[in-house]
Amino acid sequence: MTKKLKILIDWILLAGSTLLVCLILGVILWDIFSKGMSSISWDFVSQFPTHGMTQGGILPAIIGTFLLTIITTLFAMPLGVACAVYLNEYASPSLLTNIIRASIRNLAGIPSIIYGLFGLALFVQSLKLGTSVLSAGLTLGLLSLPYIITTTEEALKRIPNSMREATLGLGATQFETIKDVVLPRALPGILTGVILTISRAAGETAPILFTGVAFYINGITLSLDQEFMALPYHLYMLSTQHHAIEQVRPLAYGTAVVLIALVFLLNMVAFYIRFKHRSQQDV
Amino acid sequence: MNNTIKNRERTDWWFRQLFRATGLLTIGLLGGIFMMLLLNSIAFFIHVSPVDFFTGSQWDPESAESKYGIAPLLVSTGLVTIGAMIIAVPLGVLTAAFLSEVAPQRLKMFLKPIIEMLAAIPSVAIGFLGIVLVGPGIAKLFGIQNGLNAMNGSVLLAVMALPTIITISEDAINSVPKAHREASLALGANRWETIFKVVIPAAMPGLIAAVMLGLGRALGETMTVLMATGNAAVLPKSFLDAVRTITATIAIEMGEVPYQTTHYFALFAIALVLFAITLAINLVGEYFAGRLRKFQS
Repeated sequence: MTKKLKILIDWILLAGSTLLVCLILGVILWDIFSKGMSSISWDFVSQFPTHGMTQGGILPAIIGTFLLTIITTLFAMPLGVACAVYLNEYASPSLLTNIIRASIRNLAGIPSIIYGLFGLALFVQSLKLGTSVLSAGLTLGLLSLPYIITTTEEALKRIPNSMREATLGLGATQFETIKDVVLPRALPGILTGVILTISRAAGETAPILFTGVAFYINGITLSLDQEFMALPYHLYMLSTQHHAIEQVRPLAYGTAVVLIALVFLLNMVAFYIRFKHRSQQDV
Repeated sequence: MNNTIKNRERTDWWFRQLFRATGLLTIGLLGGIFMMLLLNSIAFFIHVSPVDFFTGSQWDPESAESKYGIAPLLVSTGLVTIGAMIIAVPLGVLTAAFLSEVAPQRLKMFLKPIIEMLAAIPSVAIGFLGIVLVGPGIAKLFGIQNGLNAMNGSVLLAVMALPTIITISEDAINSVPKAHREASLALGANRWETIFKVVIPAAMPGLIAAVMLGLGRALGETMTVLMATGNAAVLPKSFLDAVRTITATIAIEMGEVPYQTTHYFALFAIALVLFAITLAINLVGEYFAGRLRKFQS
């Protein structure tokens, strides 16, 4: 084999792999959007399902997903931020701190279906919250916790120590320093992490399977102790469990478009906050 | 608000305790998940012997004799995950090498968001494509009736593991010191020989971390395999057989079993096995990732 040929093969290996990864994303988006856009209309996102789910829209699933992510955020964000503050601002290197860090890393690696089982055992059964949007939101909150802690800690690390020292030197207590100086400065970074985490949680299905999601609910309810519909579960049911699977394919594609668009939108908001914050810091 | 120094210090003390409590909560959460799995598994092993559970080759809780052998589920999980790694590891490492060693800055700015977008796509959407796109493709390619089998699951899990593998591999390759490359080039090796024979071997600990964390991700994935692998709880003979992973079994059966029956507890027992496997893999991954972090700083 000539040297030139070998170089060519090596180049094709590297560039070809990268191209293939790009193509995978291209095929995913092209297939879903090319076949799903025809289902998208104002009625699709603003109407109830009708005729045994074979026609109509997905409004209750959209509302359910929004309600779910709000509960998840309200639960996981304060807890996650507080834990990150403890780790970055208070904790000194010790055995306990190491155990907490190891726990967080391992929590991030636990399969989401196991969070579903834990949510079932803890929220649905032990705390008697039943299968409800509250149980499901809290379960997703636990799943999100390690990611929020990690990204918040990254944001806190970027605040220079001189700022803390200046505040403490002026006589502020440590809590006042955190509340009035550290957290406000770190807020854009924290928000970026929280939004990215929540966009992942919004697409999760396994943790809500046993904790409160339903295929169909009658009417729109915003009460927390009721079962709810959610976009990812709706897509799962339409594509695997429906009695007329071929007939509802367009609806399934449409649901996939809405779900992916929602996740990408949240991602873009997060990146916008990060971008704007970075350019402000540079000035 | 009363602003005396004493009051401010008291507030400070209370908040310190509050922050500390949230830190301790994470240990409690991990411990709670483990205890929940353990206690329910013990309730299962009172009824079914662990020997039957681990050596039994049939999973059929609904039959008259209720068979609880985990083997078909373990083999299914292993088969799908190994298939996914065979696809994702070379593809991910080579892409990471391209990103870190070859791609000019502007191309990188274009490629990075693509990988982040791939990571953001919900698993249920990937599973849906397994049904409507990849499955039919496999069926046509191999001339079989339907493509809901282990191979379909492997392809989809590979897609899901790719972003993790690429991102961590790229970190690993980036952290190889420049001097390694310069020495190799100075000895007359070309750029490609340097990448394959110097940079990638030097990045090996980080690459192992990347593979392990990607593997953990693939093992724990539920929706894609549930939708795309056919869900037959029998020992598979090839990649073209339908399989049913541990995660899919929990997802399918937990919704149907009566509360606190043997079958109900059995699902916690297989979850405990899954928990132990992913924990072990993540610990190995974290060990190598820790070495990578130390190396970088």
